[in-house]
Amino acid sequence: MADTALYASADRVFRRKRIVAFGLPAVILLYLGYIFFAFDLPGLAGRARWDNARTLLADTWSYKTHVTRDNRGGDVAVAIEGERKGSYPQGTAPDWVLPQDDGAVRVALSGGQEVLLLPGNGFRWEVPGFGLIEARLEGRKIVSNLPEEGLPDWISASPSRLQVTADGARVALTRSKTELFRYFPGWELFFFTLDSPYHGHGFGEILLGAQIDPARGNIAGAWQDFWHNPMWRHADVAWALFETLLMAFLGTMGAALVALPLAFLSARNFAPLMALRFGVRRAFDFLRGVDGLIWTIVLSRAFGPGPLTGALAILLTDTGSFGKLFSEALENVDGKQIEGVASTGARPIQRYRFGVIPQVVPVLVSQVLYFLESNTRSATIIGAITGGGIGLLLTQAMITQKDWEEVTYYIILVILMVMAMDSASGWLRRKLIKGL
Amino acid sequence: MTQTPDAPHDPRGHYLALMAQRRLYGGITLALFVLLMVSGFMLADERNAGGFWNGLPQVFDFPADVLADTLPKLAALPGHFVTYFPALVETINIAAVSTLLGAVAAIALSLLSTRGLARWPRLIPVFRRFMDILRAVPEIVVALVLIFVLGGGPVPAMLAIALHTAGALGKLFSEVNENADLKPVEGLSSVGASWLQSMWLGVVPQVSPNYFSYALLRFEINIRASAILGFVGAGGIGYELRNAMAWGKGRFDEAAAIFLLLFLTIVVFDQLSSHVRNAMISSKKGGH
Repeated sequence: MADTALYASADRVFRRKRIVAFGLPAVILLYLGYIFFAFDLPGLAGRARWDNARTLLADTWSYKTHVTRDNRGGDVAVAIEGERKGSYPQGTAPDWVLPQDDGAVRVALSGGQEVLLLPGNGFRWEVPGFGLIEARLEGRKIVSNLPEEGLPDWISASPSRLQVTADGARVALTRSKTELFRYFPGWELFFFTLDSPYHGHGFGEILLGAQIDPARGNIAGAWQDFWHNPMWRHADVAWALFETLLMAFLGTMGAALVALPLAFLSARNFAPLMALRFGVRRAFDFLRGVDGLIWTIVLSRAFGPGPLTGALAILLTDTGSFGKLFSEALENVDGKQIEGVASTGARPIQRYRFGVIPQVVPVLVSQVLYFLESNTRSATIIGAITGGGIGLLLTQAMITQKDWEEVTYYIILVILMVMAMDSASGWLRRKLIKGL
Repeated sequence: MTQTPDAPHDPRGHYLALMAQRRLYGGITLALFVLLMVSGFMLADERNAGGFWNGLPQVFDFPADVLADTLPKLAALPGHFVTYFPALVETINIAAVSTLLGAVAAIALSLLSTRGLARWPRLIPVFRRFMDILRAVPEIVVALVLIFVLGGGPVPAMLAIALHTAGALGKLFSEVNENADLKPVEGLSSVGASWLQSMWLGVVPQVSPNYFSYALLRFEINIRASAILGFVGAGGIGYELRNAMAWGKGRFDEAAAIFLLLFLTIVVFDQLSSHVRNAMISSKKGGH
């Protein structure tokens, strides 16, 4: 008889296990199936811009040099990234751009190919495996030797624009200009721009070699040109990183300072007044519930963009989080220590100082340090919304959609900054808590 | 221990001297901290577009505007709630899917990077570093890059949050794994179970309540993150909020509706998750 009951109960347990083991994955799969259509994943392939991805990837590890021929005046300009700040001074050019006697410009590409920018507003390019491409501007129309139909997808032709893309290079002929660019690996102007006398010199040469700029010492001059590099703006970037850290530091520490006294008012064992406790707790819930995003919006309306707005937004949100955590820590303190201190005739303030604070400090410090690290990340995000710090630089560089090497650089810096904060706060946590 | 004759044994004086020294150091640290805070706030104030003292009286201007726009149109509020409810569902979905996918990845990563459990013990540092990097990248960075490639919508936000979640949960999970009892794993390997089987049957059942509790906490954080990412163009309620803000003064009633929805959602999920976690902890205590 007992056996049957045992079997029945075992069967019940197994049945329940079976339901959980098959039911849970089934529910999750159903949910993912719903998401598959709710997020329109089948349509994603159509919306995705893989050419954007290709540009992005190419730009992260390489730079491009533009050779632009003005179709009105016939002037040829060579500039890195096509920017004024990266342009070669008049009369100089890299060795793969060769002006010819007849006014044409011969541009060598990788793999022995070359493009001839012709004086009559046209170009000639012998593409291996395809043939000679010749195009020129006649009046306001582009005329070429290309057939009307059946062009490969790396050529796009219309009466107003002809564009030919090849490995590591691109030529585009429009009414106003003929533009060619060629990719090279590296970030050419990262240290010095072309107008700096130190461009093209190695580190050893600058440190140990002869004086390059007669007006300045090598190290000081090189540092000055590097730090105020107009393309990469290292000084501004360093300042932006500092601003982000400042936001995180002020927000976290300020929140801890505000939350600590309030946490006493919301801890069951310290605040005898129920109504007060309830009020303070709801205030914490409100601060947390409104969330950093809304605080940022509200505060940036009053204070404008900048680090202070970000710091205050972090401060308000985290006051709520800290208040909750601290009051939980306070509710868990051991009453015996407080009694012990009280038995020596300590006044209330001394009871808190010597009976309560030493018990809760390790918990509080470790929480604050955890938040400091995670707020470095939040400060980047808030900076992107309200405008301040590295977050702002990052969004600015992304909006222009061409400076992907700068975006890469900022991303690397942000990752390094957060990882550094992570290890610093971990180190400090171990150090402080062991010492206490 | 030997005492020199000219230095009499004076524990009290020694103690007081030590205390004085300690107090001095504490005082210096405190002063330094106060100085850092004050100068930091002054610096931040200086770099801000509007000053703190100029802005302070205006703090309530925007909430007042929002209220002034909303109160006369109170009747329209339920309508706005209905309008924006699908966007809210999208935000919650982004958070839920990314928590789910992130947690699955985190389980794999954490098992691969826990000493004693790892499939390839030599690769533990590699997987740890990988998680550190995943954790260090702010979601917004990944989201903005993915928006550029994939276009706006929920998918970039979902992927961005999932990657971050994988790193963040992976670290917490591997801390949980370190406390797992290894005996079931040994037992399973002794009967010829593969690594996957011994993990799935030996470790995961032990730690799944803790996994669940951390994942729930993460879900709550991810709802906030997905609202923020919407604000930079990744769909959901954040996106609608930005559009509603762009209507400008006089049309803030829709923004107010979104504020309320977002606030209520966060509070509800916050309470729900802490309730569930508390229930789990108390059932665990009561069950044994």
